[in-house]
Amino acid sequence: MKEKLKLYLWLFGINLFISAFTFGGGYVVVPMVRKYFVEKKRLFDEDALLDMAAVSQSTPGAIAVNLASLAGYRAAGAAGAVISCIAAVTPPLIILGIVSVWYQAFAANRLIAAVLRGMQAGVAALIVDLIVDMCRAVLKERSLLLMLMIPGAFAASFLFSVNVALILIVCCALCIMRMYLKKKKLRLFSRSEANE
Amino acid sequence: MFKQLGFLFFVFWQIGLFSIGGGYAIIPLIQEQVVDTYHWVSQKVFTDIITISQMTPGPLAVNTSTFVGIRIAGIGGAVAATVGCVISGVVISLALYRFFCRHRESTYVFEVLNGLKAASLGLIVSAAATILMLTFFGISEIGPIRHVDLAAAAVFLGALAALRKFKINPIILMVITGVLGAVLYGL
Repeated sequence: MKEKLKLYLWLFGINLFISAFTFGGGYVVVPMVRKYFVEKKRLFDEDALLDMAAVSQSTPGAIAVNLASLAGYRAAGAAGAVISCIAAVTPPLIILGIVSVWYQAFAANRLIAAVLRGMQAGVAALIVDLIVDMCRAVLKERSLLLMLMIPGAFAASFLFSVNVALILIVCCALCIMRMYLKKKKLRLFSRSEANE
Repeated sequence: MFKQLGFLFFVFWQIGLFSIGGGYAIIPLIQEQVVDTYHWVSQKVFTDIITISQMTPGPLAVNTSTFVGIRIAGIGGAVAATVGCVISGVVISLALYRFFCRHRESTYVFEVLNGLKAASLGLIVSAAATILMLTFFGISEIGPIRHVDLAAAAVFLGALAALRKFKINPIILMVITGVLGAVLYGL
């Protein structure tokens, strides 16, 4: 019981922290979750994180909030999910609540803009660090289709601004098709063997 | 009062439900509801919200719902709009994740998940490209490069080295890069 309470408290604190420091949107949460949930606490492995990132990406809503809830769920069940979700929305709620009152002064402040510009470079480094490790994980699967999907999805989204939902659907369809062809081939193969 | 809160909840619930992919792709969706349909904020204020969203932590959709909610109905409005905005995403994610975990042995489920993983990694790379362009060149879309921010490039390389070599804590990294930003650009 005490162990569980401790885990809940940790989940609340860490999600509050992660949420308060993720400037620049959803994906920056992925390296943060990796650092604390995977590397520090070893609550789940990198592959499970990639599963969660894929699911939070393919479902509606904010990726950061979805991912926080999934990580909380994986670590401590339904209660963990609720705690993590609340912790994830609290910092933006408070900060925006305050900012909405003085937003013109805030947007015009030079020092704030300077701090944020520095942090942007830090965020860029965080996300590149994550990509290097994640791409290595996919390369290990030794599947040409999956390997080609990464640059394919990138090009579709970044160069041609294709709708994200469409990209996800096409990639799923390709994987299912490959599976289907593989099974068919296997069936043909075993049939020809039986004939002989 | 309750009617107003319920309405805020409902509108942002719709926004949350139909915003797949997150990030800047959902701006037009929010704009259509908040500016064009209900006239809760003007176009000028909406643009300001996006700017502030980029400057503050938290997802754009959550930031917008808080900002609009608080202007319409105070703190209660902010909470109602925010909860509405995130609830469907969280519930659907949990359901889908549980489904995937339960049916992992099914080869089709496994393949679908593999496809989603590779695609979402590609999308993360795309988000990274946008952030890198903003950091180095100050532009968010492909176009002519007017200036290169060498100071930001140096901070980026230093941060990347600290992450790869020394596995520095990301939150400490954010604090350090923030201070560097204040020194480099603010003084």
